Amino acid sequence: MRSKPILTVLHRLAILAYVVFALFPLFWLLKVSVTPNDLLYSEGVRMWPSRTTFEHYSFVIAHSAFPTFFKNSLIVAGSTAVTVTILASLAGYALSRFNFRAKYWIVALMLITQMFPLVMLVAPIFKMLSPLGLTNSLPGLVLVYTAFNVPFATFLMQSFFDGIPKDLEEAAMIDGATQFVAFRQIILPLTLPGIAATLGFVFTAAWSELLFALMLISGNDASTFPVGLLTFVSKFSVDFGQMMAAGVLALIPACLFFLLIQRYLVQGLTAGAVKG
Amino acid sequence: MASIDIQTVRKSFGAFPVLHGVDLTIQDGEFIVLVGPSGCGKSTLLRMIAGLEDVTSGDIQIDGKRVNDLAPKDRDIAMVFQSYALYPHMSVADNMSYSLRLRRSAKEKIASAVGGAAVKLGLEPLLERRPKALSGGQRQRVAMGRAIVRQPKAFLFDEPLSNLDARLREQMRAEIKKLHGDLRATSIYVTHDQIEAMTLADRIVAMHGGIVQQVGSPLELYDRPANLFVAGFIGSPGMNFFEGRYLVSGDHADMRLPSGTTLPIRKRDGLESGSAATLGIRPEHVILADTGALEAAVDLIEPTGFGIIMHVTVHGIPMKIFTQDRRMLTPGPAVRVDLPQNRLHLFNGEGKRVD
Amino acid sequence: MTLAAHSHAAKPLRKRIADASEPYLYSAPALILIIGVMLVPLVLGISYAFRDIQLLNPFSGGFIGLDHFRALGQDEAFFRALRNTLWWTGASVFLQFLFGLILALLLDKPFAGRGLVQALVFLPWAVPSFLAGLNWAWLFNPVIGPLPHWLYALGLLDAPNNILSDPQLAMWGPIAANVWWGIPFFAITLLAALQAIPRDLYEAASIDGAGPVQRFLSITLPFLAPTIAITILLRTVWISNFADLIVVMTNGGPADRTQIVASYIFTQAFKRLDFGYASAIALVLLVLLLVYSLLIVLLRQTLLNKG
Repeated sequence: MRSKPILTVLHRLAILAYVVFALFPLFWLLKVSVTPNDLLYSEGVRMWPSRTTFEHYSFVIAHSAFPTFFKNSLIVAGSTAVTVTILASLAGYALSRFNFRAKYWIVALMLITQMFPLVMLVAPIFKMLSPLGLTNSLPGLVLVYTAFNVPFATFLMQSFFDGIPKDLEEAAMIDGATQFVAFRQIILPLTLPGIAATLGFVFTAAWSELLFALMLISGNDASTFPVGLLTFVSKFSVDFGQMMAAGVLALIPACLFFLLIQRYLVQGLTAGAVKG
Repeated sequence: MASIDIQTVRKSFGAFPVLHGVDLTIQDGEFIVLVGPSGCGKSTLLRMIAGLEDVTSGDIQIDGKRVNDLAPKDRDIAMVFQSYALYPHMSVADNMSYSLRLRRSAKEKIASAVGGAAVKLGLEPLLERRPKALSGGQRQRVAMGRAIVRQPKAFLFDEPLSNLDARLREQMRAEIKKLHGDLRATSIYVTHDQIEAMTLADRIVAMHGGIVQQVGSPLELYDRPANLFVAGFIGSPGMNFFEGRYLVSGDHADMRLPSGTTLPIRKRDGLESGSAATLGIRPEHVILADTGALEAAVDLIEPTGFGIIMHVTVHGIPMKIFTQDRRMLTPGPAVRVDLPQNRLHLFNGEGKRVD
Repeated sequence: MTLAAHSHAAKPLRKRIADASEPYLYSAPALILIIGVMLVPLVLGISYAFRDIQLLNPFSGGFIGLDHFRALGQDEAFFRALRNTLWWTGASVFLQFLFGLILALLLDKPFAGRGLVQALVFLPWAVPSFLAGLNWAWLFNPVIGPLPHWLYALGLLDAPNNILSDPQLAMWGPIAANVWWGIPFFAITLLAALQAIPRDLYEAASIDGAGPVQRFLSITLPFLAPTIAITILLRTVWISNFADLIVVMTNGGPADRTQIVASYIFTQAFKRLDFGYASAIALVLLVLLLVYSLLIVLLRQTLLNKG
């Protein structure tokens, strides 16, 4: 379709405005993190400091507990993402391919978990996990995060499975495979984009979770990044440079994952509608 | 290779019946075509033989062995899907060898089976390609190759040619026929295309509304359709029908049309004088002659190149005529036609053939 | 006769069980986890609402009936939190939806570099919520952030102060962060829905002489309506439960002006360790959200029946 040049210009300007709006806070984070302490206040509103430094980064990495937080978060988010993706692939496959009596109850159960306030679970989960020794422990966090993320991940995987023709498993089953073998050898390899999207989505969610981490974790040893950064904010005299350096570090894995998977995410949401 | 025996097989989805008791015996090496309009249950029947659908009641036997409860993988049958269902992440060779690899066949055996099938189907230069890089006809060939490497007891085809364009369909049709000639494998082929059914089948099974309407050789179905459905479904352009009353006077009979015209026909036993009946004649059997008994007003001329389809009206009833007489391209407002008695089919009030 | 009966009998028991249990085997691990870590705690949480549960008090735990709810009826802070929740949720959802829809429409048009732009504008979604909160708190801080100075220059503020410490304006801080963070969610969902609209519909409408506005109203909107309805419903529930930004940016202050019900529950549980009272508040929130969802679903049903 032809369009008037003025409209094209407006369209590009609007896009530009969105990009600036989306990136500016992140840019500011980066800017303060490389601003030397003595320039922090005098050049507070300048777009870029006259001198830059990486001393905040080196301090955070060498002299603070952040490397521990980083490692903890990586373990928690990584294990959660892998576990959720495995469970959600299985469950999503069941919802996509089988007609069984409890299907609608399962879907309803999963939808309900998306509706109620998770804060409501803070107290009971704490009470349940503490006799099991799972408070103040990374496995405890993984368990909780896995459960929280399985429902949405299941729906996401289901929509990817729905986009794969049923003929393929049937062909495999006639070729001599059981349904499970067909699932593993034929369907899963074709769902790699979906698996990537789910991994990335869950990783980001687990990397970001704050409330339950605050509630369940008390010592530095098992703190995840959000908890560490927040205690950092309240405990020390505010050193903005260091905090923002830590913030930038916290941002890196989540953003990397997201950039890798974001196009699959749109594809996953479209898949059911377009291919079906 | 094997025979397949289907005994009063029924199928319902929930409370909704789709097959009402099908009986069919397929001989070893026979090529059977299940044909009918969409929704007639032909694909369901095929999928039940494959084991992809449960049998609601009745038995399916392959080689004398009841297979109702066997998983598809244990039935030793191969199937070619309408969508081909090639595994997109595997090369052509891997697609073809998948079944053998699942059965842990020896490497040399797999290589020779794939190689043999590739030669037969002209796929050798494509073996390392992914399905995405193949044309429609090539994909179709790979799907066939995947079926034949296994040397299964039977081949099932689910509308395998309907995604191809007309030219390619014609060519693949011939190839399937040639392949069957070579392999003599028991084959069941589902299609809604009656040309495919006529050209390929040893026997055609015409289905409608979940019921087998007629089983027989292609020419049997063409020459002696068992009922109105088969008569109308087989043949293109379709058979002309005239509803009316069957009247006997002495040793000859007439068909009286609603307009009052009577057409003389051969007298049939087993149909009472005065009962409602339908007369049928194929467009290619109508004779155009200046001395014809009926006058037909010409409505429309459709030249096909090979011949001409004329749409005419006889005594208020629309009718089609197929002729190769090129003069009929410009026929004038009306023509005269004859309906030769030995070409007329008669069906009783229930639509059953009367001889 | 027996033979015939046998051959027509249903499948052997073992196969029937194997067939019937297959989908359950696939979904069992996920289900067990959801039931164990979400459903059981939910039921427990509901029971806590009627019990005296204080973490540091070993003598607590008895059933106290509706005491918590009676206390709640007297709790000024709770009602303020309820009003704040309405304001917080309404403003956030509306702005996120509006800007998300515009963004989705902008991205639906092909242009050079669309993939890159899409990745960049969706990036805020990947930012951990706590970091988004901190980030915006810093942006609003006049010492290191530019926003107060810009707002002052625009004449929107009397002086370049931190709006997060101004009781009148504080709520706008978390809302701004929430909008920034939540636009991509709406944009992604709506973009997916937009791309599912068959293109030839637009071509047909253009040939029939429909202008861009008419095309939007008669094709785009009706096609998007189901997605919009479900997304807004889910998002409303989600945002009213979403306490991270508020906990991080203002912790409910100043003077409880930004305290929403979700953050209030968290404060009760985490700071005062009064799990019983926290659960009672959570139960009220749950009921309110269920009523809201039910109303929306009923409304949708009536609208569908009319149409």
